[in-house]
Amino acid sequence: MAHDNDGEGIGARAPRKEDARHLHGRGQFTADIRIPGMCEVAFLRSPVAHALITRQSKPQGSEDCVFFHSDLAGVAPITTRSSIPGYKVSDYPALANGRVRFVGEIVAMCVADNRAAAEDLCELVDVDYDAIPVIASSTAGRQREATLLHREWGDNLFLETSFDRDMDGIARTAPISVELELSTARQVMHPMEGKGLVAWWDHRAGQLVVHTSTQVPHLIRIGLAECLGIPQAIVRVAPPDVGGGFGYKCMLMPEEIAVAWLALTQKQPFRWIEDRREHLTAGANARQHEYKLKAYADARGRLLGLDAEVSVDCGAYSVWPFSACLEAAQAGGNLPGPYDLKSYRCKTYSVATNKPPFAPYRGVARPGVCFAIELTIDAIAKAVGREAWEVRMENLVAAAAMPYTNITNKHYDSGDYPASLLEVKRMIDFDARRKLPARDDKGRYLGIGFATYTEQSAHGTKVFAAWGLPLVPGFDQAHVKLTPDGALEVKAGIHTIGQGLETTLAQVAHEMTRVPLKDIRVTLGDTATTPFSTGAYASRGIVMTGGAVSRAADIVAGRIKAIAAHLLQVKPDDITFREGRIFGGAANVSYADVGRAWYIRPDELPDDVDRAGLEATAAYKPEVDSGVFSYASHAAYVAVDARTGLVEILDYAIVEDCGRMVNPMIVEGQTFGGAAQGVGTALFEESPYDDNGQPLASTLIDYLLPGPTELPRFRIHHMETLSPYSAHGIKGVGEGGAIAPSAAIVNAINDALSPLNAVLRDIPATPERILAAIAKGGRANTRDAA
Amino acid sequence: MKPAVLDYERARTLDDALEWLAAGDGQVKVFAGGQSLGPMLNLRLARPAKLIDIRHIPQLRAIEADSRMFSLGATWTHAEIEDGTLEDPTRGLLPFVARGIAYRAVRNRGTVGGSLSHADPAADWVSTMAAIGAIIEIRSAIAPARSVVAHDFLRGAFTPQLAAEDILCAVQIPRFSPDMRWGYYKVCRKTGEFAKAIGACVVDPRLDICRVVAGALNGRPLLLSRTAAALQQDGTDKATALVRDEIEDMLATLDVAHRQQLAVAVERSLAQLNDPRRS
Repeated sequence: MAHDNDGEGIGARAPRKEDARHLHGRGQFTADIRIPGMCEVAFLRSPVAHALITRQSKPQGSEDCVFFHSDLAGVAPITTRSSIPGYKVSDYPALANGRVRFVGEIVAMCVADNRAAAEDLCELVDVDYDAIPVIASSTAGRQREATLLHREWGDNLFLETSFDRDMDGIARTAPISVELELSTARQVMHPMEGKGLVAWWDHRAGQLVVHTSTQVPHLIRIGLAECLGIPQAIVRVAPPDVGGGFGYKCMLMPEEIAVAWLALTQKQPFRWIEDRREHLTAGANARQHEYKLKAYADARGRLLGLDAEVSVDCGAYSVWPFSACLEAAQAGGNLPGPYDLKSYRCKTYSVATNKPPFAPYRGVARPGVCFAIELTIDAIAKAVGREAWEVRMENLVAAAAMPYTNITNKHYDSGDYPASLLEVKRMIDFDARRKLPARDDKGRYLGIGFATYTEQSAHGTKVFAAWGLPLVPGFDQAHVKLTPDGALEVKAGIHTIGQGLETTLAQVAHEMTRVPLKDIRVTLGDTATTPFSTGAYASRGIVMTGGAVSRAADIVAGRIKAIAAHLLQVKPDDITFREGRIFGGAANVSYADVGRAWYIRPDELPDDVDRAGLEATAAYKPEVDSGVFSYASHAAYVAVDARTGLVEILDYAIVEDCGRMVNPMIVEGQTFGGAAQGVGTALFEESPYDDNGQPLASTLIDYLLPGPTELPRFRIHHMETLSPYSAHGIKGVGEGGAIAPSAAIVNAINDALSPLNAVLRDIPATPERILAAIAKGGRANTRDAA
Repeated sequence: MKPAVLDYERARTLDDALEWLAAGDGQVKVFAGGQSLGPMLNLRLARPAKLIDIRHIPQLRAIEADSRMFSLGATWTHAEIEDGTLEDPTRGLLPFVARGIAYRAVRNRGTVGGSLSHADPAADWVSTMAAIGAIIEIRSAIAPARSVVAHDFLRGAFTPQLAAEDILCAVQIPRFSPDMRWGYYKVCRKTGEFAKAIGACVVDPRLDICRVVAGALNGRPLLLSRTAAALQQDGTDKATALVRDEIEDMLATLDVAHRQQLAVAVERSLAQLNDPRRS
């Protein structure tokens, strides 16, 4: 499994190049940027969920510092078109256009010397609202006669889809059937750094410069130019350090348009830094699904069919570019999971509600569908009287069946799913722990839960085109250049958001050129200096940009060899890279010798030297671009205090396979971080709304995030099945950790509580929900064990 | 989330602070550690015209003790109590409770008096001071000094028995005997969060003190008198058997899960009385 021969290339646990600046507090995030004369923006946001604005007026004397929709002449709303038949388009204006559709929607933009003064201005803006009935849930939104969010639609559905294959007769003939109704809470993403941007006018370049905290700078350039009605050439998006994205920062936001418009029209620098309350109440909404499932199986628990209905609470508007139907499309397509399913029916509803727009959060629908299918598997196991892991083994796609095209036409490229489950069962010490008493010495109930998922990553052109998105990723590009002193510069349009690309892309470049890692500098994201990429999302970076870097570096390596061969008077084929130098037989030159010869001593080179030089831009996508499928099995061992409803995760094991690992340490970091968010999904995080559409968790007192003391020590084992389709066999890994924890943990809770006949079907598994499930089970103990 | 404009003044003496407060026409607030008031200012939920910082007033750091009582100045921090910077008259209860408050960063700045004055029913000191029978000392520039027993101190959630011109100056704590035993148990969803339920009990036969408290309610903590009487007469087993009924009777308006968690917290605090590690 070892690929790396000098500790710096693909497969090496190389220390992260970006860590030094971050650990010294010298990273530069949006809020660290200071420009002389910069003004601050605060947004007045709607206090009501659904209303017409009947009157609005600016504070006297501050008319120049307050902006309404009518002031932003010529600015187009965020409009996400889709080629899917029946999809309904929402116009999402940067500032509310006479009507608000969620609490937190921007009504006015206020500008002052500092944020506090801008907030003072917000308080002085006078707005009258005429209330409209509120749609506060997907259920309410789907009812006949429901109030319409977008009158021209005729209903509240962004999209309704239907899939049906071979389900006829299954319900009559299947020996076993189980029925589940499940729900997952609305969540908020919470990267360490919230959203924010600085925008200013560069008089010398004649460009609007936008330093925005984004995962997708080249897309934001397109989106801003379209909404502002200006050529893309006069927009430069130059993201600084980004403190986590998780999907929140892969969409064009109204705040970006509004602040960029200020800079464009006033030719002054402006900034807006999202605060945590705005983050909690006005943006970053995700995850809220409802499921109705009927699964059919034979007496061994072999799945015969699955009949599903999925509702997604999409909020008031579609985000751009990933649309309001990506979530449901992913849900319907991924619900069969890693299982060999022959019959499947699925209806999905993407429902408009009076809540902030739904955004694609790490895992995109798959944490929800994994929760749904994995609870279904456990329910089948209970119905047939077998252990849940045994029923999983009955149904997982076998290694010998790879590549395997599933019932929704997803092409699983490679892997051994059953082996991952057996290994995680061993790691969690299932056989020994199964023999222990049902309760620990504190009287808590003990349980083990499993979850296996497969995760499409780095899916490409056809997949996104099939989802009908307005922007479809194609080839990612990278630029590689040897400098005159023998260092390597790598540039790519994807952005670094904490996922370690400055290190892993350097490792890929090193793999091809053997330039020492310390001499490789990776520059990302700035649209003025990097080749186009659609950006960092869908666990695609290391596959797509990694592939492009691999290609470009390979091209430059060949040219380095040609020049070195001349300097050493050998044939290019006789050149080898080793120990940081370039050898031709026993003689050698340095990379600096090659760089110097090409750039500043061309007189030493022959006249017929390759004129392409020592830099190259290359484009890449996998030959088969339907996605490379990472997968994992998770196992949780929990203790449930049946009297308080509190859960402790005693042990947690993960067996994951993301193909060839470029840097195992970074893979583990991604997995730890994702799994921590998954624990939040399982046990803590919930953004409830009341019937008036008011968000009830507006600070971190009410919205609980897991902290270090709530997290188990995740134990990880790697498998490494190379993808046959991608450069170096790499698969994506950014999202996977977040997918399985809610399923594994709730299965463990249900396993623990089975003596009490209690079954949990909704997350997060709060003490209240657990106590209610125990009460419903009817076998509760009223005293602690002696 | 930035505060509205306000004035700030640092008091050097208690008299100055009391006078400024009395002159403030209800628009002035006392500021100590700022761990609750700070966020409320940022959210603009608190809108005082002026803050009077009392952290630098020596009188509020005074400790007065005799053989029966121990008076703790209001601006001692949770961390100082946790660390044993001052004498503990409660045989370990106060440091134990302090260690479980929020996070160390909060404990470094948050004060005993500030926490009580904020009057969050779920705050640890609210229940603890009720359980030990502490007396809260209050002063003002316009009225005589007065005392309030701790379990009566909350009128309701976030509503202490403090007028706009009052400062909570000290907490008088009984000096417990070597026979004192205590239990303290709280149900929290995660480390550092405010409790969903608190159970606290204190027994000192020599001082004839026996108190059992259910805390983190909608208002002031509840003294469980029947449970306490049983504890004094018949011991922990009998007392434990009464907890659930007394909570069901006294707190019938709370939801089922909350009552359940309160009963568990009190029962488990009682169980700690027999834990040799604690007494």
